[in-house]
Amino acid sequence: MAAEEPEAAASAPASGKRRPPALEVVGIDKWFGAVHANDRVSMAVTAGTIHGVVGENGAGKSTLMRIVYGYYRADGGVIRINGAPVAIGNPQQAIARGIGMVHQHFMLVDPFTVLENVVLGVEGGPLLRRALGRARRALARLEREYGLDVDPDAIVGDLPVGLRQRVEILKALYRGAQLLILDEPTGVLTPREADELFRILHALRDQGRTVVLITHKLREIMALTDRVTVMRAGRVVGHVETADTDRERLAAMMVGRGVLLRVEKGAAVPGEAVLEVENLAVRDRAGALRVRDANLTVRAGEILGIAGVAGNGQSELLEALAGILPRERGTIRIRGKPAPAGGHAGAVKAMRRMGLGHVPEDRQRTGLVTAFEASENGILGDHRDGRYNRGALTNRPAIVAGVRRVMEDFDVRPPLPRLRTAHFSGGNQQKIVVGREMSRGPDVLLTGQPTRGVDIGAIEFIHRRLVAMRDAGKAILLVSVELDEIMALSDRILVMFDGTLAPAEADERAIGLMMAGGRAGEAGDARA
Amino acid sequence: MSGFGGPTRAPAWVTHGLVPLLNLALALVVAGAIVALIGENPFEALRLLVLGAVGYPEAIGYTLYYTTNFVFTGLAVAIAFHCGLFNIGGEGQAYLGGLGAGLVALAFDGWPAPAAIPLAVVVAAAFGAFWGFVPGWLQAKRGSHIVITTIMFNFLAAALMTWLMVEVFIKPGQQAAESRTFAPAVWLPFAHDVLAALGVDVGRSSLNLSFLLALACLGLFWLFVWRTRWGYEIRAVGHNEAAAVYGGISPARAIMLAMAISGGLAGLVGVNEIIGVHHRLLLEFTAGYGFVGIAVALMGRNHPLGILLAALLFGVLYQGGSELAFDMPNVTRDMVVVLQGLVILFSGALENMFRARIEGLFARRARAGRAA
Repeated sequence: MAAEEPEAAASAPASGKRRPPALEVVGIDKWFGAVHANDRVSMAVTAGTIHGVVGENGAGKSTLMRIVYGYYRADGGVIRINGAPVAIGNPQQAIARGIGMVHQHFMLVDPFTVLENVVLGVEGGPLLRRALGRARRALARLEREYGLDVDPDAIVGDLPVGLRQRVEILKALYRGAQLLILDEPTGVLTPREADELFRILHALRDQGRTVVLITHKLREIMALTDRVTVMRAGRVVGHVETADTDRERLAAMMVGRGVLLRVEKGAAVPGEAVLEVENLAVRDRAGALRVRDANLTVRAGEILGIAGVAGNGQSELLEALAGILPRERGTIRIRGKPAPAGGHAGAVKAMRRMGLGHVPEDRQRTGLVTAFEASENGILGDHRDGRYNRGALTNRPAIVAGVRRVMEDFDVRPPLPRLRTAHFSGGNQQKIVVGREMSRGPDVLLTGQPTRGVDIGAIEFIHRRLVAMRDAGKAILLVSVELDEIMALSDRILVMFDGTLAPAEADERAIGLMMAGGRAGEAGDARA
Repeated sequence: MSGFGGPTRAPAWVTHGLVPLLNLALALVVAGAIVALIGENPFEALRLLVLGAVGYPEAIGYTLYYTTNFVFTGLAVAIAFHCGLFNIGGEGQAYLGGLGAGLVALAFDGWPAPAAIPLAVVVAAAFGAFWGFVPGWLQAKRGSHIVITTIMFNFLAAALMTWLMVEVFIKPGQQAAESRTFAPAVWLPFAHDVLAALGVDVGRSSLNLSFLLALACLGLFWLFVWRTRWGYEIRAVGHNEAAAVYGGISPARAIMLAMAISGGLAGLVGVNEIIGVHHRLLLEFTAGYGFVGIAVALMGRNHPLGILLAALLFGVLYQGGSELAFDMPNVTRDMVVVLQGLVILFSGALENMFRARIEGLFARRARAGRAA
């Protein structure tokens, strides 16, 4: 596959003429099997700016950055750092050229201290003591320059997520990164932590470093970046100055058409209570108490949203409500009937028979067997049902017809029941799960992160279906770490923090505060 | 990494045909080099091996007789694999299966064959199933690792059989630890006898009707694994236990079921050996078939069709190998074991050595074809 004539990177800004771009990629091409992940991608990142790379999941933005960082080798194209063409074969070479990367999933050794993590791999000699001393001085300097304060002797495993991310940034800076790439950095942060991160990134830029921010969240792009490259389906669809654009226009560029950023829905008409939970306490598999005294009621015809930063007990709450985790104490009633004690296969089956549907938080880990063909995943949980069996054997025609209906109804692409589930994109995998659970016709639907890692088109689709289900008089419990999603869909909101639930007003600032552990209505800094 | 990640797809004939054949060819090349090293002609050795396995009717009979055992143990390993379990206990389960078949044959040898033989088959499977179920139960309920427990159960089976043969079943007044010979009514008919009755004359061999049982098991295995809800649950647990739990499947039950079936299949080796060939209870009739089943399942990719082909290959190696040892004085019995070991090494342990490269090559080709 010969590379095409490299296009000139589009519209370099005036400042780029004086100083070559900190990073320039020209005509980058990359195939994964039959997928064209990067199709002659070109872009230029001006030194001393924050440059956003935005696109739906699967648009190729992470692939591009992984090529720059040396994880993948491009099939064609050129990378230039400060004007000089470079060959980057592995991350060590990228680091040597002044590129640092902060990953979505942190690459830290939890039992080590901050200092030990920072020097890991760059000890520069057999004696650790000298390296640690050097790093301690360097960290003090970085703290002064950028306000990147972290206790160097703290154990990383004890730090909150926002600080761990800061350690990742320190690691990159300590290795001399002039160009810092951040891959979806705010996915795990509270709104406050995200604001802190933005402040640090601005400080880095103001000191002359260059930042590339990969994200699919338009709010961050607008708040943070100077310029944006928009990608769709492996191609660059445009480069724009952030100041010259807005969220709606960027969203339209990302998906290739106008999208609804707001969900259109009428007022809820709540009916009788369908799901009632009293004094629920749940321990996780390691024995830690993760849900304490949770009380909630979901009525027919309403969406109850549960906001919160990941890891505050939402997962355990959902699993207990679905019968997967046993309850420490408390009762669950569905349509007034008490649910069986959870924690075994029989309870899960019984709950499903009582009219419960469950879109789990993690489709790949829990909601699907990715090695199965789509039709087999279409019956997970209902595979013992009379519809899908004829005597001892499964009723293949019924199974395939059932999943074909779901695929049609939920616009799953490609609509091939025999295709292995792993070969569908994330958004289509999620549609298979959502479609399966909604098509069972449940009275109450538990949904955990229904749009995590899903592109805008699919988000819009799933949101509309959730509202339609509500309007059909079903009870929906929505757990999400995306505050936008909670705000857009919920009729009532609870905030989950450290295992407890508290009702919240529909006010983004107040909820953000409660998510960080502040009480509703409390003024001032909750993290002080 | 989001979005992409559809694994590279090469044509099925590459994955399931070309790659295993290449691995086999490589094993033969290395084996040939070793044969050349000890001063024999490798091409002559290969000729003798193939002729010894398929060159005349008796040889084919023996090859298929070995194949029968490998089908049973290969399927046994495969069903456990589908549940994410590594059953190394095929040897012990086969041993127990033989004990079950033998007990029926000794106790009911007055019975007519149409009643006694099915009973012997069922009891052999049940004994093997029990010997697989117990490690399965220990894994499911106690978390005892299946690899450790099944190995231990091999030793337990061996010790139990030695004690039973020496103390209980030994024919009075005899040195060899063997039972009396069963009444011919409970013998599983030999293929050459059945064919002779039909007017076809083939040479005598150990091949008996349990070969048909093995073929039936291949078909039933496919139906069970891919066309029943129990097979569905076993595969779900094997691929993704968290998703299985989410779907209301009990991993413990799936594990115990898979191990019981696994043991039952391995136990059918006892039918072939005890009421099919030896017609008496004896020691060490399992002769490593349980372990070779691991290689058969690996090479056959846990699919009945692949297992049949792999079992045939190992049948050829066993039968042709013993002929080779007989015909070539420098090639000893141990050399034949080395040859089998090489096949296991290249098609089992080193299975992935070429796979990625070859599949990548063909996937690129397919893509270029589409782009053009």
